[in-house]
Amino acid sequence: MVKVRGVSKKYGGKMVVDRVNVDIAKGKITSFIGPNGAGKSTLMSMISRLITKDEGEILIDDKEIGSWKSGELAKKISILKQSNHINIKLKVKELVSFGRFPYSQGKLTKEDWIHIDEAIAYMDLGSMQDKYLDELSGGQKQRAFIAMVIAQNTDYILLDEPLNNLDMKHSVQIMKVLRRLVDELGKTVIIVIHDINFASCYSDYIVALKDGIIIKEGTTDEIMDSAVLKEVYDMDIPVEIIGGNKICVYFR
Amino acid sequence: MSNRTKLSILVGISILLAVIFMTIDVGGHWDYVLPRRGKKLFAILLTGTAIAFSTIVFQTITNNRILTPSIIGLDSLYMLIQTLIVFLFGSTTLTMMNKNFRFILAVGLMVLFAGLLYRMLFKKEGRNIYHLLLIGLIFGTFFSSLSSFMQKLIDPNEFLVIQDKMFASFNNVNSDILLIALAGVLLTGIYFAKFNKYLDVLALGRDHAVNLGISYDYVVKRMLIVVAILISIATALVGPITFLGLLVANVAYQFLNTYRHKQLIAGASLISFIALVGGQLILERVFTFSTSLSVIINFIGGVYFIYLLLKENKSW
Repeated sequence: MVKVRGVSKKYGGKMVVDRVNVDIAKGKITSFIGPNGAGKSTLMSMISRLITKDEGEILIDDKEIGSWKSGELAKKISILKQSNHINIKLKVKELVSFGRFPYSQGKLTKEDWIHIDEAIAYMDLGSMQDKYLDELSGGQKQRAFIAMVIAQNTDYILLDEPLNNLDMKHSVQIMKVLRRLVDELGKTVIIVIHDINFASCYSDYIVALKDGIIIKEGTTDEIMDSAVLKEVYDMDIPVEIIGGNKICVYFR
Repeated sequence: MSNRTKLSILVGISILLAVIFMTIDVGGHWDYVLPRRGKKLFAILLTGTAIAFSTIVFQTITNNRILTPSIIGLDSLYMLIQTLIVFLFGSTTLTMMNKNFRFILAVGLMVLFAGLLYRMLFKKEGRNIYHLLLIGLIFGTFFSSLSSFMQKLIDPNEFLVIQDKMFASFNNVNSDILLIALAGVLLTGIYFAKFNKYLDVLALGRDHAVNLGISYDYVVKRMLIVVAILISIATALVGPITFLGLLVANVAYQFLNTYRHKQLIAGASLISFIALVGGQLILERVFTFSTSLSVIINFIGGVYFIYLLLKENKSW
């Protein structure tokens, strides 16, 4: 379980994340939603120790994030940010194999290769595993990075806007994979997501942030409600049930 | 062609050039020529390795393939030290000074400067490496302005002595200094060994490196110290020569086409050796010392760079 207790982050005098408390349950997909500048990505970066918090504590499996050894934590929690520009020439397979670094420190064992091949199969990258990253399309690249995170085989997987710049087909494909990671492998997935309807269709729990604080959290069913969403986004969002899913029709 | 073969070819060329360098035009005076040339060759090997090594490490931690460590201002500081000695005590002091002392003084001051710069910058959390580069750049400009100011004040004859120091030269390297430099490079290399495995991951960038469990700040600080020591040793040994690093590092990336730093560092060191021995041969045999090694390498390097840009202008 990830417990966030009174965590704040200040940038140049402005509170970006303001004394946030939240528990993230194991074996679920939790989505962070909210308008731009709400502090979603900052909160996620603090949970994954990419940036330091100014105050509060973050407990990962009941141990404060600062008292974890970085190398050990890398076997527990993984993060993928939204922009992943790499300026070295790498093949897909090589990139995925980096996911095993926390275990083997660069000297890949047989077991590592099993994980790498599994991750490649999981993301359906078999046919392009020997291609260079700069030969791939945006969606393929994103899948390669997610495969790296899968190879890292951590209990917690944090993804910052994994659907950024992806078309519908690839977005659905990635969300289905995340669902499988949770349902089949028992992982805990936390995502920052802008498309409210993807959050509605795939997540178990939704945390809504605004101006650095959590203004609502609850099961997907509770949050997908016109009154709640109006509070979060300051706009009228009719919610319709289509094919058993709650869908927001906010386009006009 | 596998990278093992490519590296073997580089080793082959290096040995061939070394043999030519040692044996060309000896004229029967083996006992006189061999030790002198051997010393020169050894200095080339040491400097070439230090420069190639530090440039690759530096480019990896900055994630930028067109930077050289000279951006922290160590070259300019070296020139400032030389100029200051001449300015304050006259050129005879500089030339008569105990060479070991001069070497240790220069290395010491450069490492001290780098240390202070890093301390200042890393004291406050949240500063990233680009702050360091910017401040280094400003210091570098400041040092070279200061040097050129003093150079304008001094006697033109004294200036000639300084000008001599502005260009890298392998022609009169002292053997005692070589041993001290060798010890310095070896110790740094041993210290570096345990960090070697992190470099491949650092090349992915900060976020990925942290995600994969590397104590980013800890490792980067230590790598910067390694870079500063190696650059200081190389510069104090033969003069400002960091430009070479940019060339050999990029040739190595292009030639080996890998992300593995073990291969990259080995390849760049060999290429650096080849460039320096080849350059020195041309300098001695074709130009009969009428120019400087820096000029030759800059010329060849520049031509090669333009060729690279024209051939493959999409990306590195």
